[in-house]
Amino acid sequence: MTLDTGVVWLTIFVLSVFVGIEVISKVSSTLHTPLMSGANAIHGIILLGAILVTGTTDNNIALVVGLIAIVLASVNMIGGFVVTDRMLQMFSRRKPAKKQEQAAQKDGAA
Amino acid sequence: MPAMPTWIQLVYLACGVCFILALKGLSGPKTARNGNIVGAIAAVVACLTPFFWTDLHLHHIPLIVAAIAVGSAGGVYGARTVQMTQMPQMVALFNGVGGGAAALVALLELHEVIANGGNAPWFNLAATAFTIAVGSVSFAGSIITFAKLQELMTSRPVVFRGLPIVFGAALVAVVVLAVLLVNDPQMWAGIVLGMVGLLVGVLLVLPVGGADVPIVISLLNAFTGLTVAAGGYVLSNVLLLIGGTLVGASGTFLTLLMARAMGRSVTNILFGALRGASTLGGGEISTRPVKSVTPEDAAIMLGYADRVIIVPGYGLAVAQAQHTLRELVDVLGERGAKVDYAIHPVAGRMPGHMNVLLAEAQVPYEQLREMDQINGDFKDADVALVVGANDVVNPAAKTTPGAPIYGMPILNADEARQIIFMKRSMRPGFAGIENELLFDEKTSLLFGDAKDSMSKLLNAVKAL
Repeated sequence: MTLDTGVVWLTIFVLSVFVGIEVISKVSSTLHTPLMSGANAIHGIILLGAILVTGTTDNNIALVVGLIAIVLASVNMIGGFVVTDRMLQMFSRRKPAKKQEQAAQKDGAA
Repeated sequence: MPAMPTWIQLVYLACGVCFILALKGLSGPKTARNGNIVGAIAAVVACLTPFFWTDLHLHHIPLIVAAIAVGSAGGVYGARTVQMTQMPQMVALFNGVGGGAAALVALLELHEVIANGGNAPWFNLAATAFTIAVGSVSFAGSIITFAKLQELMTSRPVVFRGLPIVFGAALVAVVVLAVLLVNDPQMWAGIVLGMVGLLVGVLLVLPVGGADVPIVISLLNAFTGLTVAAGGYVLSNVLLLIGGTLVGASGTFLTLLMARAMGRSVTNILFGALRGASTLGGGEISTRPVKSVTPEDAAIMLGYADRVIIVPGYGLAVAQAQHTLRELVDVLGERGAKVDYAIHPVAGRMPGHMNVLLAEAQVPYEQLREMDQINGDFKDADVALVVGANDVVNPAAKTTPGAPIYGMPILNADEARQIIFMKRSMRPGFAGIENELLFDEKTSLLFGDAKDSMSKLLNAVKAL
């Protein structure tokens, strides 16, 4: 008994659609921007595809096009994760920073 | 490509699971940062696998590594230096280059198929055509979005006579070229398909008004996700399929959530201007009389109020006045007033953007109130202080059918006993329409740069 590969691909696709919707269904509007940005970084995984096609070609034009694709995909992936982290840092850093400020004020008063 | 070793397939499975956990993490405030890091690690690990896949005999390794270094350096530089106010266009740009990369990868794969005699299953070629076309749409659309938000071009809907016809013709051309490509794979058809895709992307975003652009960013993000998924099918790479589909599905869902928060439908946003729906946005500066006050007058109104609600907008962040605003709120709090910030879901340039901007100014999370929680409180508020916001308190959203923002839920600032509007000029908001609230007899206008006026206001309140 063998599986039809096409159907296996279709299965993965359909299940991923449901998972994709399910995991973010409870997001609060506060996090819409970082979520969009993080998801944006995840599709930077096209970098993997770009590396694979570029590294297996012998054609010079294809090599140049492939290298351009790698540059673009790296910007998407690396830039995307870094910018998302920077945004999220602002949410998490808030409380300690305020305490520091109050401490600084107390020092000044003393 | 040779058969993929089992260990790599298992690594991809693990990375796919990490992507799911990353999205799950990103949707909760406590887990968001870790979620993002999990996703980043998985993506980096996945991209290292080709270098350890010995049977693949990866060529051009130095060039590939150099290209990755260039792209990463550019991405990190952009991500580190961008102002928080310019975050939406940065996301648009990152999304666009991702779409462009996917389209190029599909073109290369098409080249490979043709070099091997052009025999590929039709569904494979259809997925290739999809990736080329939609990747190009996403690339060009994102660039136009970037230009609109960066104000390199007008943020108003751009519509010319015959635009629907050109747009329709371009869509037909995409379908025809895709069918050609599936029947007889030719390189020229792929390249022309990519170019027509670019045209479709431009025409898709041009008629969208500035205020709706965030929804379009989210939609294009979902497009790129689906493009990457189709690319994964073309390259027989499961991880690309999983990652792309997750983003495509969650991105589409997020787009619908945002559109609902704005009271708009996605089709209306995309095609509203084509049907002539958002033509009211003239953008003229009105000469009607308004009541203007000095910072001292405004300070008295605020200083003796028991309940104050702040409505912050993008103008606040542009003037970098959010730190002074927080100080003012602290002083008012010490004087015994109850002060909250009313955050419209699309305040700023992107849903949730204002939360990021105020978090940067270290405003306590508890004072940030979402629209549904606070809208009932305005009628009990002594003063609503509107700083750098306009469209999100414009009653035209309720009263003027045909206005570009008609149907968008707004903050009920008009129900407060008094309204203080801090404005730079009488220029209309991003949506380009006049705000009746400015001419209301309860409304006082405090003209000037938000930062400058805010400092004066703060000093005046302290002096009371």
